[in-house]
Amino acid sequence: MIPDLGKYADTVLSAYAASIVLLIALVLFSVIRGRKVRAEMEKLEQRMSRHG
Amino acid sequence: MSIAAKANALWKYANPRKFLATSERVLPFFWLTSASCLVAGLVWGFFFTPDDYKQGSTVKIIYLHVPAALMAINCWLMMLATSLVWLVRRHHVSALAARAAAPVGIVMTLIALATGAIWGQPMWGTWWAWDPRLTSFLILFLFYLGYVALWEAIEDPDTAADLTSVLCLVGSVFAILSRYAVNFWNQGLHQGASVMRAGAVTGTDTEEKVSNIYFYPLLLCIVGFVLLFIALVLYRTGTEIRARRIKALLTRERVNG
Repeated sequence: MIPDLGKYADTVLSAYAASIVLLIALVLFSVIRGRKVRAEMEKLEQRMSRHG
Repeated sequence: MSIAAKANALWKYANPRKFLATSERVLPFFWLTSASCLVAGLVWGFFFTPDDYKQGSTVKIIYLHVPAALMAINCWLMMLATSLVWLVRRHHVSALAARAAAPVGIVMTLIALATGAIWGQPMWGTWWAWDPRLTSFLILFLFYLGYVALWEAIEDPDTAADLTSVLCLVGSVFAILSRYAVNFWNQGLHQGASVMRAGAVTGTDTEEKVSNIYFYPLLLCIVGFVLLFIALVLYRTGTEIRARRIKALLTRERVNG
């Protein structure tokens, strides 16, 4: 499955692993915070509309 | 519609509601196309390109290193443009877009630095050298950290936007230096541009350029990184707009008792 990377296998795989982990963490962190803030805002707007 | 009228039409997105409605409509397109381009580009580059005659299989790092470095610099330039809009026209969405982009820039710079060090070790015999391009990139990374820290440190959002905009103007020197350091000083370990060079593409210069075998998947990865950047900045700007509204609502609630 993985192509023959020769003596540089560790180098190439560690570069890919580090980059993919960082990219996934960035997307996950952004989406989790985005959802949390959106839910918080909707809750607050509902509370304020109930109290006029 | 004239160009001036088209440019003026852009200002309607300075309205947070209009921005949120439009970004929610276009975001699925950007998420989907960025993921498709990245997966296709990385799979093509990693599995279906040959080793380089000089660098062996380490050439495959190019599909991450070059797009990340490109976005690290261009992210700061985007922040510069939106900071200038804030300073001149006082549109909150533009200041929040700059704030939203900074963590994306941090990650892009970190990927460029990390993959550069990992690639440099077997090729140059060292993880790091105080080379003009590497050093200016490290300073750009520190500017990103300082920019985010300044936003967090100041309570009043308008004051924070003013000060971070000025910091962004100063940091732009290093964003430009990161790109052109090799040309300015003509020394150090890092090579000059071999991908995005007009003379190399048109064949009017004789310096070595990246082969087409590597160039096409690289181009796909660059497009993927650009689309991912747009998706992340649109999404994160929406989050910043909502976070700002929460603060405003809480303040109103406190004032009204």
